[in-house]
Amino acid sequence: MPETYENGTEIEVKDLNLWYGDNHALHDISIDIPKNSVTAFIGPSGCGKSTFLRCLNRMNDLIPNCRIEGQVNISGEDIYAKETDVVDLRKRVGMVFQKPNPFPMSIFDNIAYGPRIHGMSKKEMPEIVENALQSGALWKEVSDRLDVSALDLSGGQQQRLCIARTLAVKPEVILFDEPCSALDPISTSKIEDLILELKKDYTIVIVTHNMQQAARISDHTAFFLLGDLIEFGKTNQIFENPQEKETEDYITGRFG
Amino acid sequence: MLNRQLKEKGIESLLFAAGAAAVLALFLLCIFLFKDGLLLFENYPISSFLTDTKWYPTSEPEHFGLLPLLLGSLIVTVGAILFSVPLGIATAIYISELADPKISNILKPVTEILAGIPSVVYGFFGLVILVPIVQKTLQIPTGQTALTGSIMLGIMALPTIISISEDAISSVPRSIKEGSLALGSTKWQTIYKVTVPAALSGISAAVMLGVGRAIGETMTVMMVTGNSAVIPGFPSGLFAPVRTMTATIALEMGEVPQGSDHFHALFAIGSVLFITTFIINIIANYIKRRYRFNL
Repeated sequence: MPETYENGTEIEVKDLNLWYGDNHALHDISIDIPKNSVTAFIGPSGCGKSTFLRCLNRMNDLIPNCRIEGQVNISGEDIYAKETDVVDLRKRVGMVFQKPNPFPMSIFDNIAYGPRIHGMSKKEMPEIVENALQSGALWKEVSDRLDVSALDLSGGQQQRLCIARTLAVKPEVILFDEPCSALDPISTSKIEDLILELKKDYTIVIVTHNMQQAARISDHTAFFLLGDLIEFGKTNQIFENPQEKETEDYITGRFG
Repeated sequence: MLNRQLKEKGIESLLFAAGAAAVLALFLLCIFLFKDGLLLFENYPISSFLTDTKWYPTSEPEHFGLLPLLLGSLIVTVGAILFSVPLGIATAIYISELADPKISNILKPVTEILAGIPSVVYGFFGLVILVPIVQKTLQIPTGQTALTGSIMLGIMALPTIISISEDAISSVPRSIKEGSLALGSTKWQTIYKVTVPAALSGISAAVMLGVGRAIGETMTVMMVTGNSAVIPGFPSGLFAPVRTMTATIALEMGEVPQGSDHFHALFAIGSVLFITTFIINIIANYIKRRYRFNL
Protein backbone atom coordinates (compact mmCIF):
# COMPACT_ATOMS: atom_id res chain seq x y z
CA MET A 1 0.00 0.00 0.00
CA PRO A 2 1.50 3.34 -1.01
CA GLU A 3 2.31 5.49 1.98
CA THR A 4 2.40 8.97 0.53
CA TYR A 5 0.65 10.47 -2.44
CA GLU A 6 1.59 13.26 -4.77
CA ASN A 7 -1.41 15.38 -3.77
CA GLY A 8 -1.68 14.12 -0.21
CA THR A 9 -4.31 11.92 1.42
CA GLU A 10 -7.97 12.92 1.50
CA ILE A 11 -9.62 9.98 3.23
CA GLU A 12 -8.02 7.80 5.89
CA VAL A 13 -9.89 4.76 7.10
CA LYS A 14 -8.63 2.77 10.06
CA ASP A 15 -9.99 -0.64 11.12
CA LEU A 16 -13.51 -0.07 9.96
CA ASN A 17 -16.02 -2.81 10.82
CA LEU A 18 -19.67 -2.80 9.89
CA TRP A 19 -22.54 -5.00 10.96
CA TYR A 20 -26.09 -5.26 9.60
CA GLY A 21 -27.69 -6.74 12.69
CA ASP A 22 -25.63 -9.88 13.30
CA ASN A 23 -24.17 -9.94 9.82
CA HIS A 24 -20.56 -8.77 9.94
CA ALA A 25 -20.41 -7.15 6.50
CA LEU A 26 -17.06 -5.32 6.53
CA HIS A 27 -13.96 -6.59 8.32
CA ASP A 28 -11.14 -4.33 9.51
CA ILE A 29 -10.97 -2.14 6.43
CA SER A 30 -7.99 0.23 6.41
CA ILE A 31 -7.25 2.35 3.39
CA ASP A 32 -5.79 5.75 2.51
CA ILE A 33 -7.48 7.41 -0.43
CA PRO A 34 -5.46 10.05 -2.29
CA LYS A 35 -6.62 13.58 -2.92
CA ASN A 36 -7.53 14.83 -6.43
CA SER A 37 -7.41 11.47 -8.07
CA VAL A 38 -9.75 8.64 -8.96
CA THR A 39 -9.90 5.59 -6.72
CA ALA A 40 -11.94 2.61 -7.89
CA PHE A 41 -13.49 -0.11 -5.72
CA ILE A 42 -13.97 -3.37 -7.56
CA GLY A 43 -15.16 -6.81 -6.53
CA PRO A 44 -17.98 -9.27 -7.09
CA SER A 45 -21.57 -8.49 -6.03
CA GLY A 46 -22.06 -8.57 -2.29
CA CYS A 47 -18.39 -7.97 -1.53
CA GLY A 48 -19.16 -4.84 0.47
CA LYS A 49 -17.74 -2.22 -1.88
CA SER A 50 -20.96 -0.19 -2.06
CA THR A 51 -21.52 -0.61 1.65
CA PHE A 52 -18.03 0.70 2.29
CA LEU A 53 -18.60 3.64 -0.08
CA ARG A 54 -21.73 4.55 1.86
CA CYS A 55 -19.70 4.66 5.07
CA LEU A 56 -17.79 7.61 3.65
CA ASN A 57 -20.76 9.98 3.68
CA ARG A 58 -22.60 8.16 6.45
CA MET A 59 -25.48 7.08 4.20
CA ASN A 60 -25.54 3.86 6.21
CA ASP A 61 -26.89 5.90 9.13
CA LEU A 62 -30.26 5.61 7.39
CA ILE A 63 -30.30 1.84 7.70
CA PRO A 64 -31.73 0.55 10.95
CA ASN A 65 -29.58 -2.03 12.79
CA CYS A 66 -26.45 -0.91 10.99
CA ARG A 67 -23.50 -0.58 13.38
CA ILE A 68 -20.11 0.83 12.49
CA GLU A 69 -16.83 0.74 14.42
CA GLY A 70 -13.49 2.21 13.46
CA GLN A 71 -12.27 5.54 12.24
CA VAL A 72 -12.85 7.46 9.03
CA ASN A 73 -10.99 10.74 8.66
CA ILE A 74 -11.84 13.03 5.79
CA SER A 75 -9.55 16.06 5.44
CA GLY A 76 -8.23 15.12 8.85
CA GLU A 77 -11.63 15.20 10.54
CA ASP A 78 -13.13 12.12 12.16
CA ILE A 79 -16.54 11.85 10.49
CA TYR A 80 -17.89 9.39 13.05
CA ALA A 81 -16.99 11.65 15.98
CA LYS A 82 -19.92 12.69 18.18
CA GLU A 83 -19.63 16.35 17.26
CA THR A 84 -19.66 15.74 13.51
CA ASP A 85 -22.61 17.32 11.72
CA VAL A 86 -23.86 14.72 9.23
CA VAL A 87 -25.58 17.36 7.13
CA ASP A 88 -22.36 19.30 6.80
CA LEU A 89 -20.42 16.10 6.06
CA ARG A 90 -22.74 15.18 3.20
CA LYS A 91 -22.34 18.66 1.80
CA ARG A 92 -18.57 18.07 1.70
CA VAL A 93 -18.84 14.50 0.47
CA GLY A 94 -21.28 14.30 -2.43
CA MET A 95 -22.73 11.12 -3.86
CA VAL A 96 -23.94 9.97 -7.26
CA PHE A 97 -26.09 6.87 -7.24
CA GLN A 98 -26.43 3.75 -9.29
CA LYS A 99 -29.67 4.75 -10.94
CA PRO A 100 -30.09 8.39 -11.95
CA ASN A 101 -32.36 9.91 -9.31
CA PRO A 102 -33.31 13.41 -10.40
CA PHE A 103 -36.02 15.08 -8.34
CA PRO A 104 -39.38 15.34 -10.09
CA MET A 105 -38.90 19.06 -10.77
CA SER A 106 -37.33 21.24 -13.45
CA ILE A 107 -33.69 20.95 -14.50
CA PHE A 108 -33.00 24.34 -12.95
CA ASP A 109 -34.62 23.42 -9.64
CA ASN A 110 -32.74 20.14 -9.51
CA ILE A 111 -29.42 21.96 -9.61
CA ALA A 112 -30.58 24.82 -7.41
CA TYR A 113 -31.93 22.45 -4.76
CA GLY A 114 -28.63 21.98 -2.94
CA PRO A 115 -27.46 25.61 -3.04
CA ARG A 116 -30.91 26.73 -1.88
CA ILE A 117 -30.99 24.51 1.19
CA HIS A 118 -27.51 25.70 2.03
CA GLY A 119 -28.76 29.26 1.97
CA MET A 120 -27.30 30.66 -1.25
CA SER A 121 -29.14 33.76 -2.40
CA LYS A 122 -31.62 33.79 -5.24
CA LYS A 123 -29.53 36.30 -7.18
CA GLU A 124 -26.57 33.95 -7.49
CA MET A 125 -28.69 31.01 -8.55
CA PRO A 126 -28.61 31.36 -12.37
CA GLU A 127 -24.84 31.57 -12.28
CA ILE A 128 -24.49 28.62 -9.91
CA VAL A 129 -26.80 26.53 -12.07
CA GLU A 130 -24.95 27.42 -15.26
CA ASN A 131 -21.55 26.67 -13.75
CA ALA A 132 -22.71 23.36 -12.35
CA LEU A 133 -24.25 22.31 -15.67
CA GLN A 134 -21.07 23.39 -17.50
CA SER A 135 -18.94 21.30 -15.16
CA GLY A 136 -21.40 18.44 -15.51
CA ALA A 137 -21.01 18.59 -19.32
CA LEU A 138 -24.73 19.06 -19.74
CA TRP A 139 -25.06 22.81 -20.32
CA LYS A 140 -24.92 22.69 -24.12
CA GLU A 141 -27.72 20.15 -24.27
CA VAL A 142 -30.14 21.81 -21.88
CA SER A 143 -29.31 25.53 -21.75
CA ASP A 144 -32.44 26.42 -23.74
CA ARG A 145 -34.85 24.33 -21.65
CA LEU A 146 -33.88 24.68 -18.01
CA ASP A 147 -37.53 24.80 -17.02
CA VAL A 148 -38.55 21.40 -18.39
CA SER A 149 -38.90 18.47 -16.04
CA ALA A 150 -35.68 16.62 -15.34
CA LEU A 151 -37.61 13.40 -15.84
CA ASP A 152 -37.87 14.21 -19.57
CA LEU A 153 -34.10 13.87 -20.01
CA SER A 154 -32.52 10.64 -21.22
CA GLY A 155 -30.93 8.30 -18.67
CA GLY A 156 -27.41 9.49 -19.47
CA GLN A 157 -28.44 13.14 -19.27
CA GLN A 158 -30.20 12.48 -15.98
CA GLN A 159 -27.04 10.98 -14.57
CA ARG A 160 -24.97 13.98 -15.67
CA LEU A 161 -27.66 16.16 -14.13
CA CYS A 162 -27.20 14.28 -10.86
CA ILE A 163 -23.45 14.85 -11.09
CA ALA A 164 -24.01 18.56 -11.80
CA ARG A 165 -26.42 18.68 -8.87
CA THR A 166 -23.71 17.29 -6.63
CA LEU A 167 -21.14 19.76 -7.99
CA ALA A 168 -23.48 22.66 -7.27
CA VAL A 169 -22.96 22.31 -3.52
CA LYS A 170 -19.17 22.40 -4.00
CA PRO A 171 -18.11 19.17 -2.31
CA GLU A 172 -14.50 18.12 -1.75
CA VAL A 173 -15.11 14.45 -2.41
CA ILE A 174 -17.55 12.80 -4.82
CA LEU A 175 -18.59 9.20 -4.31
CA PHE A 176 -19.88 7.37 -7.38
CA ASP A 177 -21.86 4.20 -6.71
CA GLU A 178 -21.80 2.30 -10.02
CA PRO A 179 -22.86 5.44 -11.87
CA CYS A 180 -22.94 3.82 -15.31
CA SER A 181 -24.61 0.52 -14.55
CA ALA A 182 -27.96 1.73 -15.90
CA LEU A 183 -26.52 3.52 -18.95
CA ASP A 184 -25.70 2.74 -22.56
CA PRO A 185 -22.06 2.71 -23.77
CA ILE A 186 -22.14 6.23 -25.25
CA SER A 187 -23.54 7.77 -22.08
CA THR A 188 -21.04 5.73 -20.11
CA SER A 189 -18.10 7.12 -22.04
CA LYS A 190 -19.40 10.66 -21.53
CA ILE A 191 -19.57 10.08 -17.79
CA GLU A 192 -16.08 8.58 -17.77
CA ASP A 193 -14.67 11.61 -19.61
CA LEU A 194 -16.44 13.79 -17.11
CA ILE A 195 -14.95 11.92 -14.15
CA LEU A 196 -11.46 12.32 -15.59
CA GLU A 197 -12.14 16.03 -15.98
CA LEU A 198 -13.46 16.33 -12.42
CA LYS A 199 -10.47 14.76 -10.70
CA LYS A 200 -8.53 17.98 -11.18
CA ASP A 201 -10.72 19.62 -8.58
CA TYR A 202 -12.25 16.78 -6.62
CA THR A 203 -11.30 13.57 -4.91
CA ILE A 204 -13.24 10.83 -6.59
CA VAL A 205 -14.14 7.38 -5.34
CA ILE A 206 -16.02 5.12 -7.71
CA VAL A 207 -17.56 1.72 -7.17
CA THR A 208 -17.79 -0.23 -10.38
CA HIS A 209 -18.68 -3.66 -11.61
CA ASN A 210 -16.88 -3.00 -14.81
CA MET A 211 -13.17 -3.78 -14.57
CA GLN A 212 -12.39 -2.11 -17.88
CA GLN A 213 -13.95 1.01 -16.49
CA ALA A 214 -11.77 0.84 -13.40
CA ALA A 215 -8.72 0.30 -15.59
CA ARG A 216 -9.66 3.21 -17.88
CA ILE A 217 -10.37 5.92 -15.38
CA SER A 218 -8.84 5.17 -12.00
CA ASP A 219 -5.42 5.94 -10.59
CA HIS A 220 -5.76 3.50 -7.71
CA THR A 221 -7.86 0.39 -7.37
CA ALA A 222 -9.06 -1.49 -4.32
CA PHE A 223 -10.29 -5.06 -4.60
CA PHE A 224 -12.94 -6.24 -2.14
CA LEU A 225 -14.07 -9.78 -1.49
CA LEU A 226 -16.64 -10.97 1.05
CA GLY A 227 -16.26 -7.90 3.23
CA ASP A 228 -12.46 -7.84 3.17
CA LEU A 229 -10.20 -5.41 1.42
CA ILE A 230 -7.93 -7.88 -0.36
CA GLU A 231 -5.62 -5.58 -2.21
CA PHE A 232 -5.13 -1.89 -2.84
CA GLY A 233 -2.60 -0.19 -5.07
CA LYS A 234 -1.93 1.72 -8.25
CA THR A 235 -4.42 0.66 -10.90
CA ASN A 236 -1.86 -0.58 -13.42
CA GLN A 237 -0.12 -2.59 -10.73
CA ILE A 238 -3.40 -4.21 -9.62
CA PHE A 239 -4.35 -5.13 -13.16
CA GLU A 240 -0.92 -6.10 -14.47
CA ASN A 241 0.80 -7.50 -11.45
CA PRO A 242 -1.64 -8.36 -8.66
CA GLN A 243 0.02 -9.50 -5.46
CA GLU A 244 -2.85 -11.60 -4.14
CA LYS A 245 -4.18 -14.76 -5.69
CA GLU A 246 -7.84 -13.72 -5.20
CA THR A 247 -7.23 -10.46 -7.05
CA GLU A 248 -5.61 -12.27 -9.92
CA ASP A 249 -8.44 -14.81 -10.10
CA TYR A 250 -11.04 -12.07 -10.18
CA ILE A 251 -9.26 -9.93 -12.72
CA THR A 252 -8.62 -12.81 -15.05
CA GLY A 253 -12.28 -13.67 -14.83
CA ARG A 254 -12.06 -16.89 -12.88
CA PHE A 255 -15.01 -15.83 -10.70
CA GLY A 256 -17.26 -12.84 -10.04
CA MET B 1 -61.98 -30.34 -25.85
CA LEU B 2 -65.14 -28.57 -26.93
CA ASN B 3 -66.56 -29.15 -23.51
CA ARG B 4 -63.56 -27.43 -21.91
CA GLN B 5 -63.88 -24.45 -24.23
CA LEU B 6 -67.54 -24.19 -23.37
CA LYS B 7 -66.70 -24.20 -19.69
CA GLU B 8 -64.11 -21.45 -20.15
CA LYS B 9 -66.61 -19.36 -22.09
CA GLY B 10 -69.22 -19.96 -19.43
CA ILE B 11 -66.98 -18.76 -16.62
CA GLU B 12 -65.93 -15.76 -18.65
CA SER B 13 -69.54 -14.76 -19.32
CA LEU B 14 -70.41 -15.18 -15.68
CA LEU B 15 -67.63 -12.86 -14.59
CA PHE B 16 -68.52 -10.39 -17.32
CA ALA B 17 -72.09 -10.36 -16.03
CA ALA B 18 -70.83 -9.61 -12.52
CA GLY B 19 -68.82 -6.66 -13.82
CA ALA B 20 -71.66 -5.46 -16.02
CA ALA B 21 -74.07 -5.53 -13.08
CA ALA B 22 -72.21 -2.68 -11.39
CA VAL B 23 -72.27 -0.59 -14.55
CA LEU B 24 -75.94 -1.39 -15.10
CA ALA B 25 -76.76 -0.41 -11.52
CA LEU B 26 -75.06 2.95 -11.98
CA PHE B 27 -76.80 3.48 -15.29
CA LEU B 28 -80.28 2.71 -13.90
CA LEU B 29 -79.63 4.84 -10.87
CA CYS B 30 -78.76 7.79 -13.10
CA ILE B 31 -81.88 7.33 -15.20
CA PHE B 32 -84.30 7.19 -12.29
CA LEU B 33 -82.61 9.97 -10.38
CA PHE B 34 -82.45 12.38 -13.29
CA LYS B 35 -85.91 11.47 -14.66
CA ASP B 36 -87.67 12.21 -11.38
CA GLY B 37 -85.45 15.22 -10.77
CA LEU B 38 -86.19 16.76 -14.16
CA LEU B 39 -89.95 16.30 -13.65
CA LEU B 40 -89.79 19.12 -11.08
CA PHE B 41 -89.12 21.62 -13.83
CA GLU B 42 -92.48 20.93 -15.51
CA ASN B 43 -94.19 22.91 -12.77
CA TYR B 44 -91.35 24.84 -11.21
CA PRO B 45 -88.86 26.92 -13.20
CA ILE B 46 -85.26 25.72 -13.12
CA SER B 47 -84.07 29.29 -12.62
CA SER B 48 -85.99 29.53 -9.34
CA PHE B 49 -84.61 26.18 -8.25
CA LEU B 50 -81.08 27.45 -8.81
CA THR B 51 -81.46 31.00 -7.48
CA ASP B 52 -84.29 31.05 -4.91
CA THR B 53 -82.85 31.61 -1.47
CA LYS B 54 -85.66 29.83 0.37
CA TRP B 55 -86.41 26.18 0.88
CA TYR B 56 -90.06 26.18 2.01
CA PRO B 57 -91.38 23.02 0.44
CA THR B 58 -94.70 22.95 2.27
CA SER B 59 -95.71 26.62 2.33
CA GLU B 60 -98.03 28.34 -0.20
CA PRO B 61 -96.57 29.12 -2.68
CA GLU B 62 -93.86 26.50 -2.46
CA HIS B 63 -90.20 27.51 -2.55
CA PHE B 64 -87.70 24.92 -3.73
CA GLY B 65 -84.50 26.97 -3.52
CA LEU B 66 -81.36 24.89 -3.81
CA LEU B 67 -79.02 27.58 -2.50
CA PRO B 68 -79.46 27.27 1.26
CA LEU B 69 -78.93 23.51 1.07
CA LEU B 70 -76.04 23.70 -1.38
CA LEU B 71 -74.31 26.36 0.70
CA GLY B 72 -75.10 24.39 3.83
CA SER B 73 -73.33 21.37 2.38
CA LEU B 74 -70.51 23.60 1.21
CA ILE B 75 -69.84 25.31 4.54
CA VAL B 76 -69.86 22.03 6.46
CA THR B 77 -67.54 20.46 3.90
CA VAL B 78 -65.15 23.42 3.76
CA GLY B 79 -64.99 23.45 7.53
CA ALA B 80 -64.26 19.73 7.56
CA ILE B 81 -61.53 20.08 4.95
CA LEU B 82 -59.89 23.00 6.74
CA PHE B 83 -58.96 20.86 9.68
CA SER B 84 -58.90 17.34 8.33
CA VAL B 85 -56.53 18.04 5.43
CA PRO B 86 -53.63 19.46 7.46
CA LEU B 87 -54.20 16.90 10.20
CA GLY B 88 -54.50 14.02 7.73
CA ILE B 89 -51.42 14.96 5.74
CA ALA B 90 -49.38 15.53 8.88
CA THR B 91 -50.41 12.09 10.13
CA ALA B 92 -49.57 10.52 6.78
CA ILE B 93 -46.10 12.12 6.81
CA TYR B 94 -45.53 10.94 10.34
CA ILE B 95 -46.62 7.38 9.59
CA SER B 96 -44.64 6.99 6.40
CA GLU B 97 -41.51 9.03 7.06
CA LEU B 98 -40.90 9.59 10.74
CA ALA B 99 -42.56 7.02 12.95
CA ASP B 100 -40.76 4.00 14.26
CA PRO B 101 -42.09 0.99 12.31
CA LYS B 102 -43.56 -0.34 15.55
CA ILE B 103 -45.63 2.81 15.99
CA SER B 104 -46.76 3.07 12.38
CA ASN B 105 -47.79 -0.58 12.44
CA ILE B 106 -50.26 0.35 15.15
CA LEU B 107 -51.21 3.79 13.90
CA LYS B 108 -52.13 2.81 10.37
CA PRO B 109 -54.67 0.08 11.18
CA VAL B 110 -56.15 2.26 13.91
CA THR B 111 -56.82 5.12 11.50
CA GLU B 112 -58.36 2.62 9.12
CA ILE B 113 -60.70 1.33 11.83
CA LEU B 114 -62.07 4.89 12.00
CA ALA B 115 -63.42 4.31 8.50
CA GLY B 116 -65.36 1.25 9.60
CA ILE B 117 -67.43 2.90 12.35
CA PRO B 118 -71.05 3.36 11.23
CA SER B 119 -71.96 6.98 10.63
CA VAL B 120 -74.88 6.83 13.05
CA VAL B 121 -72.38 6.05 15.80
CA TYR B 122 -70.40 9.14 14.86
CA GLY B 123 -73.64 11.09 14.88
CA PHE B 124 -74.56 9.79 18.30
CA PHE B 125 -71.13 10.64 19.66
CA GLY B 126 -71.36 14.09 18.10
CA LEU B 127 -74.80 14.73 19.51
CA VAL B 128 -74.08 13.54 23.03
CA ILE B 129 -70.48 14.70 23.48
CA LEU B 130 -69.50 17.32 20.94
CA VAL B 131 -72.72 19.36 20.71
CA PRO B 132 -72.72 20.34 24.42
CA ILE B 133 -69.00 21.08 24.29
CA VAL B 134 -69.41 23.41 21.29
CA GLN B 135 -72.35 25.13 22.91
CA LYS B 136 -70.57 25.69 26.24
CA THR B 137 -67.18 26.75 24.88
CA LEU B 138 -68.58 29.18 22.32
CA GLN B 139 -71.44 30.38 24.54
CA ILE B 140 -73.99 30.07 21.74
CA PRO B 141 -77.70 29.17 21.93
CA THR B 142 -77.27 25.73 20.39
CA GLY B 143 -74.34 23.43 19.84
CA GLN B 144 -75.93 21.98 16.73
CA THR B 145 -73.95 24.04 14.25
CA ALA B 146 -72.11 23.78 10.96
CA LEU B 147 -68.90 23.71 12.97
CA THR B 148 -70.01 20.62 14.87
CA GLY B 149 -70.85 18.94 11.58
CA SER B 150 -67.49 19.98 10.18
CA ILE B 151 -65.60 18.47 13.07
CA MET B 152 -67.46 15.19 12.82
CA LEU B 153 -67.13 15.05 9.02
CA GLY B 154 -63.47 15.93 9.30
CA ILE B 155 -62.89 13.00 11.61
CA MET B 156 -64.79 10.77 9.22
CA ALA B 157 -62.77 11.96 6.21
CA LEU B 158 -59.46 11.45 8.02
CA PRO B 159 -59.05 7.73 7.29
CA THR B 160 -59.45 8.31 3.55
CA ILE B 161 -57.06 11.24 3.54
CA ILE B 162 -54.48 9.53 5.74
CA SER B 163 -54.46 6.19 4.03
CA ILE B 164 -54.30 7.47 0.45
CA SER B 165 -51.75 10.22 1.25
CA GLU B 166 -49.67 7.70 3.13
CA ASP B 167 -49.63 5.40 0.11
CA ALA B 168 -48.62 8.32 -2.09
CA ILE B 169 -45.84 9.45 0.23
CA SER B 170 -44.39 6.02 0.81
CA SER B 171 -44.35 5.28 -2.90
CA VAL B 172 -41.95 8.16 -3.52
CA PRO B 173 -38.81 6.23 -4.48
CA ARG B 174 -36.23 5.88 -1.75
CA SER B 175 -33.55 6.83 -4.26
CA ILE B 176 -34.96 10.35 -4.54
CA LYS B 177 -34.96 10.83 -0.79
CA GLU B 178 -31.39 9.53 -0.59
CA GLY B 179 -30.43 11.90 -3.37
CA SER B 180 -31.72 14.78 -1.31
CA LEU B 181 -30.03 13.64 1.90
CA ALA B 182 -26.76 13.09 0.04
CA LEU B 183 -26.78 16.76 -0.92
CA GLY B 184 -26.67 17.64 2.74
CA SER B 185 -30.32 18.38 3.39
CA THR B 186 -31.92 17.52 6.69
CA LYS B 187 -34.65 14.94 7.08
CA TRP B 188 -37.26 17.65 7.35
CA GLN B 189 -36.00 19.57 4.29
CA THR B 190 -36.15 16.33 2.36
CA ILE B 191 -39.72 15.73 3.47
CA TYR B 192 -41.15 19.10 2.65
CA LYS B 193 -39.07 20.01 -0.38
CA VAL B 194 -38.80 16.66 -2.15
CA THR B 195 -40.97 13.88 -0.76
CA VAL B 196 -44.24 15.74 -0.25
CA PRO B 197 -44.05 17.68 -3.55
CA ALA B 198 -43.30 14.42 -5.34
CA ALA B 199 -46.37 12.86 -3.74
CA LEU B 200 -48.53 15.92 -4.25
CA SER B 201 -50.83 14.53 -6.91
CA GLY B 202 -51.52 11.46 -4.78
CA ILE B 203 -52.17 13.71 -1.81
CA SER B 204 -54.54 15.89 -3.85
CA ALA B 205 -56.42 12.80 -4.92
CA ALA B 206 -56.69 11.82 -1.26
CA VAL B 207 -58.08 15.24 -0.42
CA MET B 208 -60.62 15.08 -3.24
CA LEU B 209 -61.83 11.66 -2.15
CA GLY B 210 -62.06 12.95 1.42
CA VAL B 211 -64.16 15.86 0.16
CA GLY B 212 -66.37 13.46 -1.73
CA ARG B 213 -66.93 11.47 1.42
CA ALA B 214 -67.74 14.59 3.41
CA ILE B 215 -70.25 15.94 0.90
CA GLY B 216 -72.12 12.66 0.63
CA GLU B 217 -72.29 11.95 4.36
CA THR B 218 -75.86 12.07 5.68
CA MET B 219 -76.64 10.54 9.03
CA THR B 220 -73.93 12.22 11.06
CA VAL B 221 -74.56 15.73 9.74
CA MET B 222 -78.28 15.31 10.16
CA MET B 223 -77.76 14.48 13.83
CA VAL B 224 -75.42 17.33 14.71
CA THR B 225 -76.04 20.35 12.47
CA GLY B 226 -79.52 21.44 13.57
CA ASN B 227 -81.02 21.28 10.05
CA SER B 228 -82.36 24.78 9.59
CA ALA B 229 -82.51 25.64 5.92
CA VAL B 230 -81.11 29.16 5.91
CA ILE B 231 -78.29 30.52 3.83
CA PRO B 232 -75.26 30.48 6.10
CA GLY B 233 -73.02 33.53 6.36
CA PHE B 234 -69.29 33.04 6.26
CA PRO B 235 -67.64 32.61 8.65
CA SER B 236 -70.45 33.46 11.11
CA GLY B 237 -72.56 30.67 9.58
CA LEU B 238 -70.12 28.16 11.02
CA PHE B 239 -71.56 28.82 14.47
CA ALA B 240 -75.23 28.52 13.48
CA PRO B 241 -77.37 25.56 12.48
CA VAL B 242 -77.37 24.68 8.78
CA ARG B 243 -78.98 22.05 6.64
CA THR B 244 -77.17 20.04 4.01
CA MET B 245 -78.53 18.55 0.79
CA THR B 246 -78.16 15.03 2.09
CA ALA B 247 -79.92 15.74 5.36
CA THR B 248 -82.81 17.36 3.50
CA ILE B 249 -83.41 14.29 1.39
CA ALA B 250 -83.19 11.97 4.36
CA LEU B 251 -85.47 14.12 6.54
CA GLU B 252 -88.19 14.82 4.02
CA MET B 253 -88.32 11.79 1.76
CA GLY B 254 -90.44 9.79 4.18
CA GLU B 255 -93.18 12.38 4.33
CA VAL B 256 -93.71 13.60 0.78
CA PRO B 257 -96.54 12.32 -1.41
CA GLN B 258 -95.11 10.35 -4.31
CA GLY B 259 -95.16 12.28 -7.56
CA SER B 260 -95.65 15.69 -5.94
CA ASP B 261 -93.44 18.66 -6.78
CA HIS B 262 -91.79 18.32 -3.41
CA PHE B 263 -90.99 14.70 -4.22
CA HIS B 264 -89.41 15.72 -7.52
CA ALA B 265 -87.55 18.57 -5.84
CA LEU B 266 -85.84 16.06 -3.55
CA PHE B 267 -84.81 14.06 -6.58
CA ALA B 268 -83.48 17.23 -8.19
CA ILE B 269 -81.34 17.78 -5.09
CA GLY B 270 -80.24 14.18 -5.26
CA SER B 271 -79.17 14.79 -8.86
CA VAL B 272 -77.14 17.84 -7.88
CA LEU B 273 -75.49 15.83 -5.15
CA PHE B 274 -74.76 12.99 -7.53
CA ILE B 275 -73.25 15.30 -10.13
CA THR B 276 -71.10 17.00 -7.51
CA THR B 277 -69.62 13.82 -6.11
CA PHE B 278 -69.29 12.42 -9.62
CA ILE B 279 -67.20 15.41 -10.71
CA ILE B 280 -65.09 15.21 -7.57
CA ASN B 281 -64.40 11.55 -8.18
CA ILE B 282 -63.44 12.22 -11.78
CA ILE B 283 -61.04 14.94 -10.70
CA ALA B 284 -59.56 12.65 -8.05
CA ASN B 285 -59.07 9.87 -10.57
CA TYR B 286 -57.56 12.23 -13.10
CA ILE B 287 -55.07 13.55 -10.55
CA LYS B 288 -54.27 10.02 -9.42
CA ARG B 289 -53.57 8.84 -12.94
CA ARG B 290 -51.15 11.67 -13.57
CA TYR B 291 -49.28 10.58 -10.50
CA ARG B 292 -46.37 8.43 -11.62
CA PHE B 293 -42.63 8.17 -11.62
CA ASN B 294 -40.58 7.11 -14.59
CA LEU B 295 -37.67 5.96 -12.50
